[in-house]
Amino acid sequence: MKLKEKFDELKNKNEKAFIAFYVGGDPNLDVSEKALEVICKHADIVEIGIPFSDPVADGLTIQKADVRALSRGMNPIKALELAKKLNEKFPNVPKVFLTYYNIIFKMGEENFVKKCKNVGISGIIVPDLPIEEAESLLSYCEKYGVDLIFLVAPTTPDERLKKILEKCRGFVYVVSRTGITGEREKLSEETEDLIRRVKKYSKVPVCVGFGISKKEHVEEITKFADGAIVGSAIVKIVEKHLDENGNIKDENKFLNDLEEFVRTLKEGTKAKKIKTQVKN
Amino acid sequence: MKKYKEKYPDKNGKFGIYGGKFVPETLMPAITELEEAFNRFWINNEGNFREEFYALLRDYVGRPTPLYYAERFSEELGCKVYLKREDLAHLGAHKINNALGQALLAKKMGKKRVIAETGAGQHGVATAAACAKLGLECIVYMGAKDVERQKLNVFRMELMGAKVIPVFGGSQTLKDAVNEALRDWTTNVRTTYYLLGSALGPHPYPMMVREFQRVIGKEIKEQILEKEGRLPDVIVACVGGGSNAIGAFYEFLDDDVELYAVEAGGKGVETGMHGASLCAGEVGVLHGSKIYVKEDEFGQIEESYSISAGLDYPGVGPELSFLKDEGRINAVYITDDEALEAFQLLCRLEGILPALESSHALAYAVKLADKLDKDDIMVINLSGRGDKDVHTVAKALGREI
Repeated sequence: MKLKEKFDELKNKNEKAFIAFYVGGDPNLDVSEKALEVICKHADIVEIGIPFSDPVADGLTIQKADVRALSRGMNPIKALELAKKLNEKFPNVPKVFLTYYNIIFKMGEENFVKKCKNVGISGIIVPDLPIEEAESLLSYCEKYGVDLIFLVAPTTPDERLKKILEKCRGFVYVVSRTGITGEREKLSEETEDLIRRVKKYSKVPVCVGFGISKKEHVEEITKFADGAIVGSAIVKIVEKHLDENGNIKDENKFLNDLEEFVRTLKEGTKAKKIKTQVKN
Repeated sequence: MKKYKEKYPDKNGKFGIYGGKFVPETLMPAITELEEAFNRFWINNEGNFREEFYALLRDYVGRPTPLYYAERFSEELGCKVYLKREDLAHLGAHKINNALGQALLAKKMGKKRVIAETGAGQHGVATAAACAKLGLECIVYMGAKDVERQKLNVFRMELMGAKVIPVFGGSQTLKDAVNEALRDWTTNVRTTYYLLGSALGPHPYPMMVREFQRVIGKEIKEQILEKEGRLPDVIVACVGGGSNAIGAFYEFLDDDVELYAVEAGGKGVETGMHGASLCAGEVGVLHGSKIYVKEDEFGQIEESYSISAGLDYPGVGPELSFLKDEGRINAVYITDDEALEAFQLLCRLEGILPALESSHALAYAVKLADKLDKDDIMVINLSGRGDKDVHTVAKALGREI
């Protein structure tokens, strides 16, 4: 499913998007497939991380997940197969890949984008690829109809913001605060201002990530934004269920915990709808 | 390669296909700010920045460092060997040139907090010193393994008021220290200056570090002309990230001088345990720029290995990557064992303890000498002194000290 269709669908339902991130292959391929299936049941959009050895835009939680997956033999080819399987089971949940540029460069930009298209990936997020370096990847994304999603940060000045938003497709990923991924107790105050600033120029839906870890955060964020992205907090659940060998202790318990968490987070995007109904 | 210096990097910070700015969006404005500041203070020499920098190099670092004719080493090799004595620079390595340049820039930019990463600790020590000298707060990230291997340098940094933070992620070496420093910078980008240690990273770092290290080659040129009345035939330098090599080579890029970049062959390139990215790596993107890296078939960065912590990095800066492709420099490698042998040879013949990094250059010089005549002139960039390495060397030789 195209990202645009999903956002239109949500708009009709008066809901905002809940976007969930999970590292493909964490802690192994089999478990990650089951976990992603659980996530697909509740999330509106799913971000699958293709692990990279040096994920500089991510915090320790996600780096550790990348290391777990890589040590069990995860690779981009397996990530593509994983996406394909998920797409067959959940065609109405758009899937996007999040990975670092070297993974794409190594496979060859066109080859990568073409493969993404073939397995039903709707969009690509590359945190270490600023617009200055994105020209050729953009052209392949356009050619194959895959959305290239850019990030914007609180440090991004207006002029630059406009340039990025001109190129951005699918949705724009707003980094809620300076820093790396990871949970925070309180959301930054600058976030609201930033969302307003981005909305002013954006033709695509505005989704916010970094530091969103509970339903209240999702509620707060989706008051202003079109979607909330949750990553580290989901990956933390994997961490909690690991034994000393890096395996999931009790798979059912893990999947139940995960399902409960993503279900609750999704509830956070419906809060507005309930309020409106009460008013009516 | 005429007028090389005017062509590279281009306005996008590229050396051919190499270089660029592959960093998270949060950092882009900081990189632009840095680029502007570098242009103002270095290129346009605002506030006589250059004079201030060169004065520091002269009076604080002790430059120019000598270009020393190594008589007994020359006899051994059968050609004229000169050593560029960066080991005699303040704190014992070329690293101080760059650390001072960038710390001075940080100060001019009004940044009060400086972060750095370090492998062997030489860059960390140089940064700690430059920050102490200029009154800046200093935080140094260092792989936990390196903290253990280089206790002496950790202590030196702490004495100079720096805070050393061990990094436990990944392979716990330099690569992970860079990742952590980048994360810190991303988080504290508004107040913090990232003082990068080699001619690596996103533009403008590779160009900036080269400019601050370029003094090495400038001095070599003046000194050799004075001593020999002509340019050297060959210059040899070791390569980790590549800052001492590009520093020594840059002034000679448009001249008829053969340049050799010597990488860490570790236990042999065929074993996979090495740091020879130019010789055995592939083109990839790491830490902000397109360079030669050591990676697997899927683009995962592989761990590097070298007996010398300063060469233990899985990539080589964009300018050297480009010069390799252009055929302007020769990329070669030397194993741990060969480096150890050269280390001892220089000690014995000249009474100089070279850094293990520099010993790689010395070892290759020994090999190269077979092809040279007795009047040929070879300059070896002795990038640092070996006091920090004596424990490693003793251990490798089976000696207890």
